[in-house]
Amino acid sequence: METYTLIVLLLAATIRVATPLLLAAIAGLFSERAGVIDLGLEGKMLGAAFAAAAVSATTGSAWLGLGAGIVTAVLLALIIGYACITHRGNQVVAGMAVTIMVAGLGPTLGLAWFNLGGQTPQLDGVGQRFTGIVLPWAQSAKEVPVPGLIYSELLSGQNLIVYFAAALVPLSAWVFYRTRFGLRLRAVGENPQAVDTAGISVNGLRYQAVLISGVLCGVAGTYLSTAASSGFVRDMTAGKGYLALAALIFGKWKPVPTLMACLLFAFTDALATRLQGVALPVVGVIPVQFILALPYALTVLLLAGFVGKAVAPKAIGVPYSKEK
Amino acid sequence: MSSPAKLPRWAELGLLPLINLVVALLLSGVIIKILGESPLAAFKLMATGALGTQEGIGYTLYYSTNFIFTGLAVAVAYHAGLFNIGAEGQAYIGGLGTGLVCLWLGAWPFWAVLPLAVLAGAVFGAAWAFIPAYLQAKRGSHIVITTIMFNFIAAALMTYLLVNVLIKPGQQSPETREFSTSAVMPAAHEMLARLGITFVATPLNLAFVLALIASVLVWLFIWRTRWGFALRVAGENPAAAVYAGIAPPRIIIGAMLLSGALAGCLGLNELMGSQHRILMDFPSGAGFVGIAVALMGRNHPAGIIVASVLFGALYQGGSQLSFDMPKVNRDMVVVIQGLVILLCGAMENVFKTPLTAVFARFSEKKGGE
Repeated sequence: METYTLIVLLLAATIRVATPLLLAAIAGLFSERAGVIDLGLEGKMLGAAFAAAAVSATTGSAWLGLGAGIVTAVLLALIIGYACITHRGNQVVAGMAVTIMVAGLGPTLGLAWFNLGGQTPQLDGVGQRFTGIVLPWAQSAKEVPVPGLIYSELLSGQNLIVYFAAALVPLSAWVFYRTRFGLRLRAVGENPQAVDTAGISVNGLRYQAVLISGVLCGVAGTYLSTAASSGFVRDMTAGKGYLALAALIFGKWKPVPTLMACLLFAFTDALATRLQGVALPVVGVIPVQFILALPYALTVLLLAGFVGKAVAPKAIGVPYSKEK
Repeated sequence: MSSPAKLPRWAELGLLPLINLVVALLLSGVIIKILGESPLAAFKLMATGALGTQEGIGYTLYYSTNFIFTGLAVAVAYHAGLFNIGAEGQAYIGGLGTGLVCLWLGAWPFWAVLPLAVLAGAVFGAAWAFIPAYLQAKRGSHIVITTIMFNFIAAALMTYLLVNVLIKPGQQSPETREFSTSAVMPAAHEMLARLGITFVATPLNLAFVLALIASVLVWLFIWRTRWGFALRVAGENPAAAVYAGIAPPRIIIGAMLLSGALAGCLGLNELMGSQHRILMDFPSGAGFVGIAVALMGRNHPAGIIVASVLFGALYQGGSQLSFDMPKVNRDMVVVIQGLVILLCGAMENVFKTPLTAVFARFSEKKGGE
């Protein structure tokens, strides 16, 4: 029973870590399947995290915070779109630039507006954060030993954004594989000339993809500052955008495998926290850093073709020009 | 869209980066205005903080030393058509090599430690760049992604080593013991004092000279050797390179080894020159400043030196700014850095296209007369 509770708690931690990863990875999925490399995930999330916390702190509404987070991430996505789609700039550089800019801008504005050394005020008022929603009968289900614990600790008590992220996977799979928009989106990432020949705007589609990525990054960032923690702190994304990118690649640019990769990476993270200083049978104490580096190492191995093979969308990173 | 006309060299190398910089500073000025401070006063403070005193100049050049090394690293890879985002990790691991030499050979005289420290930094940095390079060359793994991943792996590895292996016993913070005095770069003020020039004590040290030497060597290599020529051809037109008998995998690996070696030299300035021990996260973003510096300097060593001094001044001026303007902190410099990368790197066509058109019109008129 003791181990079982431990496993359930570990899985609960996995869900908490996986949520922003999944949102960002699906965001990247839209952008990259349309042929635009999304190195700006980290920056868009960070920008949204700041905006959401700042607005929630001043207005007292987490929902207004969410709106501000989305608007901010979309604006950042538009900068990337303007540079890369309209002016056919380097997508890698644009993403890096936005990420670096936001890393400086958040603390700068935070200091000027709240005078707390670059942080936002603690969000402790009612309605300032997205808190857990207790599903019906969760309390009484706790009494039921095995499935009861799963219901009360894993399925119930998560916040709205977690449920949204979970719903996003089948939704995006449906959009990609069952709608006309999804088909065009995939086509524009593989063979933009063909899409252009069919009389559909390549740039238009890519802008839509980049905008969707912005919206989802906005939700991911809002989750970080108003659901997972209570307020914005400097560099609070801490590489999650890049980890999401790794998950996206590990998931071979497909929705369901991407979900699996996010869960795997989040699980290693939760495990690393749990295993800190714990001696395991046979292997002894595993240094936390090795477990934390595992997702990155796995992604490199996958890219190298040692663990399966990840094939990127064919036209990824290539600006579209009609004349070519 | 792409105009066949070309910008004159001086406009391409001088005017365009200048326009980008001015726009980046204008946008930063708008942000400072939003923060409720005067942009002009802020820039004046930064300029005097960075260049107005001996101390400011010393710190400015000390920061620029790091940026020259990482900027050269990004530029060498760029000439081979590769985007090395991993300079940060390569600098981190390279510094480990330099640091280990300084720790182990503390009893040796400085002239014997120095070449080994340089070599170790270069070899460690190159080794960290080798795996992404090999995977790109032989297995087609996208080097942008693998170098990002290697930055994180480097950070994890260094944390492990500093916390568990290299830490000075009986100490809380994860740092090594201090290097012995013979394994430390001579400071600029000491060297100048020997020449009879008094200079305020700053972290500026001999590594700045090494960075300048590295710039000259990179210039010679890229524009004056067969290897450099092959590298540029492979970068600009891989198909033509193959036709000319240049094997792209060898170029990719060679360019990345050199790139990693240059980034690995950051420890010479930061550890051997200033901190005198190995500590956590000592590259502190210099690998990414290297991207800004290389883009702004148009991947030419001379441009990189100018851009590095400019960024050194921004970093030094930025700390001055945070002292004197309570509403503005050092992060403002990171914003400017991001804007420079955005304008010089991703949005270069925004200004290049109209500028090229202006020049084309101008020369047409001249030709018609």
